Amino acid sequence: MHDLRPITALGGTEARIDAFDHVTIAENDGLALASVAARIGHEKGCHTVLEKLLGAVPKPGKAVLHDPEAGFWMGPDQWMIGAPRDTHELLADQLSDQFGETASITEQSGAWVCFDVTGPAMQDLCERLCAVPIRRMVAGDAQRTMIHQLGCFVIRRQDADHIRILGPRASAGSLHHALITTAHSVA
Amino acid sequence: MTQVNRIGRAQVDFTKTLKFSFDGKSYTGHPGDTLASALLANGVRLMGRSFKYHRPRGPLSAGSEEPNALVELRGGARQEPNTRATTVELFDGLLAKSQNRLGSLKFDLLSINDRFSNFLTAGFYYKTFMWPAAFWEKLYEPIIRNAAGLGSLSLQDDPDVYDKGFLHCDLLIIGAGPAGLSAALTAGRAGADVILADEDFRMGGRLNSETFAIGDASGADWATATVAELASLPNVRLMPRTTVIGAFDHGIYGAVERVSDHMHTPDAGKPRQVLWRIYTKHTVLAAGAIERPIAFENNDRPGIMLASALRTYANRFAVAADRRVAIFTNNDDGHRTASDLHARGVKVVAVVDTRTEAPRSMDYEVLQGQVVDTKGRLGLTFAEVKLADGSMRTLDCGALGLSGGWNPNVHLTCHQRGRPTWNADLAAFVPGDDLPPGMVVAGAAQGDLSTADALAGGAKAARAALGLKGRMPALPEAEDAPVNITPFWYVKGCSRAWLDQQNDVTVKDVKLSHQEGFRSVEHLKRYTTLGMATDQGKTSNMGGLAIMAELAGKAIPEVGTTIFRPPYTPTAIGVLAGRHRGQEFHPKRLTPSHKWAEEQGAVFVEVGNWLRAQWFPKPGETHWRESVDREVLATRKSVGVCDVTTLGKVDVQGTDAAAFLNKIYCNGFAKLAVSKTRYGLMLREDGIAMDDGTAARLAEDHFVVTTTTANALPVYRHMEFVRQCLCPDMDVQLISTTEAWAQYAVAGPNSRKLLEKIVDQDISNDAFPFMACANITICGGLRARLFRISFSGELAYEIAVPTAYGDALMRKIMEVGAEFDVTPYGTEALGVMRIEKGHAAGNELNGTTTAQNLGMGRMISSLKDCIGKTLSQREGLNADGDLRQVGIRPVDPNDPVPAGAHLMNADGPIDAAHDQGYATSACYSPNLGHAIAIGFLKNGSDRMGERMRLVSPLTKVQVDVEITSAHFIDPEGERLRA
Amino acid sequence: MIIDHPLLGPRDSSEFTYMGDAKLIDRPDPDADTAARDFYEYGYLRDNPAGWHDELWFHEAGDRSWLVVTRNTLTHEISKVQLARDVARNRGRSK
Repeated sequence: MHDLRPITALGGTEARIDAFDHVTIAENDGLALASVAARIGHEKGCHTVLEKLLGAVPKPGKAVLHDPEAGFWMGPDQWMIGAPRDTHELLADQLSDQFGETASITEQSGAWVCFDVTGPAMQDLCERLCAVPIRRMVAGDAQRTMIHQLGCFVIRRQDADHIRILGPRASAGSLHHALITTAHSVA
Repeated sequence: MTQVNRIGRAQVDFTKTLKFSFDGKSYTGHPGDTLASALLANGVRLMGRSFKYHRPRGPLSAGSEEPNALVELRGGARQEPNTRATTVELFDGLLAKSQNRLGSLKFDLLSINDRFSNFLTAGFYYKTFMWPAAFWEKLYEPIIRNAAGLGSLSLQDDPDVYDKGFLHCDLLIIGAGPAGLSAALTAGRAGADVILADEDFRMGGRLNSETFAIGDASGADWATATVAELASLPNVRLMPRTTVIGAFDHGIYGAVERVSDHMHTPDAGKPRQVLWRIYTKHTVLAAGAIERPIAFENNDRPGIMLASALRTYANRFAVAADRRVAIFTNNDDGHRTASDLHARGVKVVAVVDTRTEAPRSMDYEVLQGQVVDTKGRLGLTFAEVKLADGSMRTLDCGALGLSGGWNPNVHLTCHQRGRPTWNADLAAFVPGDDLPPGMVVAGAAQGDLSTADALAGGAKAARAALGLKGRMPALPEAEDAPVNITPFWYVKGCSRAWLDQQNDVTVKDVKLSHQEGFRSVEHLKRYTTLGMATDQGKTSNMGGLAIMAELAGKAIPEVGTTIFRPPYTPTAIGVLAGRHRGQEFHPKRLTPSHKWAEEQGAVFVEVGNWLRAQWFPKPGETHWRESVDREVLATRKSVGVCDVTTLGKVDVQGTDAAAFLNKIYCNGFAKLAVSKTRYGLMLREDGIAMDDGTAARLAEDHFVVTTTTANALPVYRHMEFVRQCLCPDMDVQLISTTEAWAQYAVAGPNSRKLLEKIVDQDISNDAFPFMACANITICGGLRARLFRISFSGELAYEIAVPTAYGDALMRKIMEVGAEFDVTPYGTEALGVMRIEKGHAAGNELNGTTTAQNLGMGRMISSLKDCIGKTLSQREGLNADGDLRQVGIRPVDPNDPVPAGAHLMNADGPIDAAHDQGYATSACYSPNLGHAIAIGFLKNGSDRMGERMRLVSPLTKVQVDVEITSAHFIDPEGERLRA
Repeated sequence: MIIDHPLLGPRDSSEFTYMGDAKLIDRPDPDADTAARDFYEYGYLRDNPAGWHDELWFHEAGDRSWLVVTRNTLTHEISKVQLARDVARNRGRSK
């Protein structure tokens, strides 16, 4: 076992939590991620494995919020699969075994920072960050959009008050700053 | 001073008193007041000086169309020029100053300009300040700038923050007057997602300014009750203090919400304003109408204002502009003002009506005639009336209301090239048929000026927009008076009669413009400045147009109208910038070892959005060159480490992955063995070099491709273009992994020894030769990738781990490398070593160079097609004497060799015609002990050893140089393979 | 502008990168006798119509699809949006 200690996207040893009156922004450091892209001619086979894994194939603009693996649509014939890092540190290898020749798997764990935004002011915050129609989204909607000039995924986890934002990890600090200043604006 | 001009009660909260100051003098007002209403209440009519002639001016209007009452609001860094006193919501501690004056407002020294008005007519600047040219910058411009212009800036950073936001709705309603409220009620009750936006801080529009009833309630009370009902509907979003500034394509509207402008300072962390981008399926424009004045001699004195403004001040703010008032009208609406003022106890001296059939009144005298002149130095005292029979009357009054008819607010209907059409009954332009898609216009904005029409029009518009079926619900009864207008624009024979009070454009100026041939509306505007500046001619354009039509002998619609463009009202740059300013102008990208580099005191450089360590100064180093030289020498002597995470990385998988790389790179990849890496050069389709990098084959169907840091995004876009648009059936899948992996270059003769301490596998030269690559583990099990590639020319590797472990790996490398004096190096040392090695980079792949120029012409495979191959074979790109990459060294080792300087032959003229080439990248080589450069030289491969001159006329540098190979260090590449 | 993405529905044009004439899909045959001339025309001679135009847009801040957008350059009206990959296949492109 190696002795290299990972750091969070915001550079800490612990995930950061910022709580405001009506909204909480929590860095989520516990996700393993890998992308799945169907090979040409193997789309059906790929769908079969996805269904087995998640219960359903995520449709465009949608996520399947399943445990322990969840997934959302990234692009035509391409999905992102997430799972708890504690149990799925080698998610990409695990998926490669399951998908075999039906899909190309790429490790994405290090590419993203993840923030969980919760609380009654979540919608107010979201509409000052990006153009997704947050008040019309329902649990399971997943859209890629721009936040502070950064390409991010916005996934509605619960109807009431929870979105998950995946943003480019190298800009975790800038994205966090945008979330915090906006939280000050609305909360 | 007490509030001498308050009359009765209104929509102002008299239970609370607000203190404010204007030009250093203290006054009081109440919540619900604007700055203008509070000043008028205190007997202050004079609020500013005019733009050109510095004539005394007071408010003309009670709304955002105001041309005159512009003030500097607040102080210090928050000082804001050109703020309309008629829209500023009064708050406690408000500080305002008049502007555009030299000395005090009452004794403006520049009012001398008014005496020279004969010289300052239309086109004056064009005609006068033409010659001599040198006088312009030194003399004319400073004087003009000092004299003209409006308010002044604070010249400090704006301390406030601004937000942006995005809203989605089924129906956007612009304007919360009777039509807008009626539309909102209809749509809101039907369950649609509705946004109702109004620029005013109090919704209700004209209903707040009128006395007539809607149903059983007063108009204002009906508005209050309606707004309360709308507020209770969860599907309706009320946005007061919000100006819709523009109608853009496909149902996108821009709106500025003034969140904190009505407060002394915004609450901590809260924005001052928010710029909303509203996405809507349908829009009801219910922006109302603006009354227009009538032009006559000296019609600009403080106290002369729109009749509807007098009515608004009286009914909404309980303010009389003066206790003695006269009205000048060409329609019935002027009489409404007279009776409202009379009912409030204001003395209506007379109503002067231009029409032969004017209504009579028991309450005030009606004179058939025209106001032909006025008196009063700092404010109106007398109005001269010429009666229909030719006799003269002098009216003793401090305020004069002008009612020349109403102009529907068609502004937003024109933002998508719409053209308004002429309505002769109203003598006004109304919205045309070519509205922005999805827009319906209702109420006064459509030309339906009565309240009953507005209520009906709003409801109908909402029903039409949403496709509501069934019977139209009953609407409350409301005033339904006709307009009865006889167009009358200006009093004949007047000259100094103001059309555009903001720009001091008179009737005479328009006549002069016509006389001198500037007759199209657009020419008129630019020659006279009519309709420019903050009010964009909202009260003046029609007058100018009417006079031009008369002079040209045409009907008004034949002359045309100027096109309206966003924004509807002046918009602060700050709110357009939002949070994207200063440090937040763009997001930053930090590498995984950023924190570690900061701890080492690294100096950072911006590369795109990335922050990269440029060099790592050590204690005692006083110049960046000392640090960089040390880093280079230490790396070439033992081992150095550099964070190269920023290089673009793309995962290329699929059974056709190799075929795909064959297509995008000019050299071949099909035969590259698994566990091997190859340099690749990418061409644009026109044959010019686009980018370079390496492709590592991790499996038969899996490559990892690198791009340069700067081109990561465009190269990825290009690869997707080739995949989706050119080769749609290739089995290849792409995804960026730039940020998924932390990657470090470990370079120098001891690099293998260092890595052997952490890599779990055998990496001896036999097991892991030059250009090898592999998935490995390090430190007893962490997954990693190792590539034996070299940018420095030394024995070197690049090692990658999942990003979260990047920080730990860097610290581990420094720890285990201590015995080799491992040296972190930055982008400068990286640059020096690649120049010493003659590797091309961004300066060489600069969008003008070909593979041939770069000395890589033979890399273009003859065995296969690739992007750019055909056009790279063009004659013009393969001529004799083409540029070739070369090395450049100074003959005298003490001389510099500046990048960007041009190569000239040893003898002969130095000019563009004799240009031989240029230096692209230069540095001081600590290994050679002198400056070196690489560059491009005509026929360069055949000119090794030639003496030339490197010249930069711009920086006055001329150096004797010798042309060499670009490979200054280890030209045989022995170190790489060691 | 709003581009009605065939898979994702209406999206703000700010999420897209523009590349112009969709004729770029019709890359000439490099082995044809007229290849030099064909590539010259392909690379340099583009239509710039005042009116309807098939254009390539890349959903860069979205699903990374290249789209063919039929847009009126005078009015910005958009009449059709297709996945460029489908268009390319329909025009006979393969590998």
